[in-house]
Amino acid sequence: MTTEAATEAIGWWGVPLAIIAGTMRGGTPFLFVSLGECLTEKSGKINLGLEGTLLMGAMSAYGVSYLTGNPWLGVVVAGIAGGFLGAIHGWLSQQRRVNDVAVGIAMIIFGSGLAFFLGKPFIQPKAPSLPTLELGAWSSIPAVQAALQISPLFLLGLAIAPLLTWFFKSTRWGLFVRAVGDSPEAARAMGVSIFKVRMLAVMAGSFLAGIGGASLSLYYPGVWTERISSGQGLMAVALVIFARWNPIACLWASLLFGGAQALGPSLQSVGIKEGYYLFNAAPYILTLFIMIFTCSPKQTLAGAPGALGKEDG
Amino acid sequence: MISGQNWRRTLESFVIPFGAILVGLLFFGVFCALVGANPVGVYASIWKAAFGTWSTFQNTLIRAAPLMLSSLCTALPAQLGLVIIGNEGALVMGGLGAIITGLVFSFGSVLPAPEQIAAPLMTPPIVVQLAMAIAGIVVGGVWIAIAGALRHYRGVNETISSLLLNYIAIALLNHLVGGPIRDPGSLNKPSSFALPEVNMLGDIPGTRVHWGLLFGLVASVIAYVLIRRTTFGFAARTAGGNIRAARIAGLPVGKLTLMICFLGGACAGLAGMVEVAAVQASANESLNVGYGYGGILVAFAARQNPLAAIFISLLVGGILASGGILQRTHNLPDATVLVFQGIIFLVVLYSDSLYGRFKFFRETPVYEVPPAPPTSTAAPTV
Repeated sequence: MTTEAATEAIGWWGVPLAIIAGTMRGGTPFLFVSLGECLTEKSGKINLGLEGTLLMGAMSAYGVSYLTGNPWLGVVVAGIAGGFLGAIHGWLSQQRRVNDVAVGIAMIIFGSGLAFFLGKPFIQPKAPSLPTLELGAWSSIPAVQAALQISPLFLLGLAIAPLLTWFFKSTRWGLFVRAVGDSPEAARAMGVSIFKVRMLAVMAGSFLAGIGGASLSLYYPGVWTERISSGQGLMAVALVIFARWNPIACLWASLLFGGAQALGPSLQSVGIKEGYYLFNAAPYILTLFIMIFTCSPKQTLAGAPGALGKEDG
Repeated sequence: MISGQNWRRTLESFVIPFGAILVGLLFFGVFCALVGANPVGVYASIWKAAFGTWSTFQNTLIRAAPLMLSSLCTALPAQLGLVIIGNEGALVMGGLGAIITGLVFSFGSVLPAPEQIAAPLMTPPIVVQLAMAIAGIVVGGVWIAIAGALRHYRGVNETISSLLLNYIAIALLNHLVGGPIRDPGSLNKPSSFALPEVNMLGDIPGTRVHWGLLFGLVASVIAYVLIRRTTFGFAARTAGGNIRAARIAGLPVGKLTLMICFLGGACAGLAGMVEVAAVQASANESLNVGYGYGGILVAFAARQNPLAAIFISLLVGGILASGGILQRTHNLPDATVLVFQGIIFLVVLYSDSLYGRFKFFRETPVYEVPPAPPTSTAAPTV
């Protein structure tokens, strides 16, 4: 809606404007799920189920915001709901002979099923959204104002990315997570419980993904429907590879993916209708090509946690 | 396999999955009770809708057929130790290949003019269907072989590349049916032109179940024989067990990877052809309704065994078929089916860790009691 209004007023300038706006709006859920997935994968586990977590977060945030009138409470509950799904994933995927990819896909079905089931009553009503910061107030053009409405959640995500880097680099717990993910034997020799560290990392990662869901339903697009997520949760896995397991790179990658997602609709609004869906697939094609060019049959990707996706050592 | 010593093992491989399904049912019952539905009534409804009568069982069979085919897309590469999750993409691409071929063979064009529709080519239906099946198989097969090739030649993780290929395939489907091959008459739901009725894949005589079920059963049996009873399958499983040993033994690992990925993708592509030729008649967004992701879980729940996958497909097909009745008689939203499916899969996946944990199922070898050594200086046996 905003993109169309933008183009009416300022013509072709609407395209870069819509991309900037889309980068921040569309990038926010990507940012939270990719940071969550980054934390999870650093501990050596893959969580493909963040798609279900994202939907569960979106639904619970919207539902709580509607019932209590307090969207911030919704954000907290979304995180807790995410952490609850993460606990299931973390526990189950560490059982003997249980494949974390398979558990992730089962969690997508379970999480999205639960979200759709419990979220049925919230599809119609309008819940209070999160307040936004009006950084565009200096401009008299409504399109610019609309594009520069920034969510505090986006800023929170901006803050978490460097925090996570600091956590991995400079804290004791960060070292535990990296040790468990890179070399479980060494971690065990240090006396670290692999099970506990992975469990906590998966839960914390899912907590972040739940907040990413809250940003979908309480910020942009700001409604609760069953089609609210367009695969951001699944994309998180590709995004983290794209970002080489580096939280700051996750931030840039999320912005890039958010912007790429906005490219299709904004070109459509200035009359370029051909190839709309192909533009939507741009991030996936990009990730695939980057993997093709940076992988090598002789070694694993630089930056990949050593024990990622391996049977428990 | 059932010999004097092995019966406990065989029993274990039946008791654990069935036990898991029962526990899953129990959890689902608790969930129903929590949301205020009568669990016993819900069980009865699901049973009636899925397996109760021949008439309703046919609905289950219709849904099980694509699951069987799609599960092979994961189960076959798994023999080589590959985790392929590109089932949805291969299914969509197979469906696209099939509809384009079918329209060309039926009308001579993917965008037939009204007069072409009025006077379709007189290609025998069997030729059209055969061409469609081949197209589905080849396109789906090549799609997953891409993931296999990237794995072998570039070391790209096949799980992630096949996941990305899903999204690319779905985007390609939406792009094609939204423009280049769109039937202008399809307004709300962009679709390709529809196949003429005569060229559709019909039903097995005496039933409402289309021939896709037979494809699924035959493909599953062939896949089982291929991996358990042929040199090719043996080579694949050897390479899956230890890739370095396989290379040293001179097995063509690259060729095996490409072949088995092609075969897996071919099965999912055939599922797409079946959905197009027997159910939808045209290609549209209904092609990606989740048979792909369902197939992955079927394969894992069946422990990558194509014969076991037949039964798991029937179970999941039954759950899917019961969605309508849960909505009508218990006023439960259609997502109930997803919750049920999710719970069953989670419990079945967990049950895999239980093998070997129960004493009862352990083989109890009969030891020849050796004569006790005269002195206790002999090294203790472990």
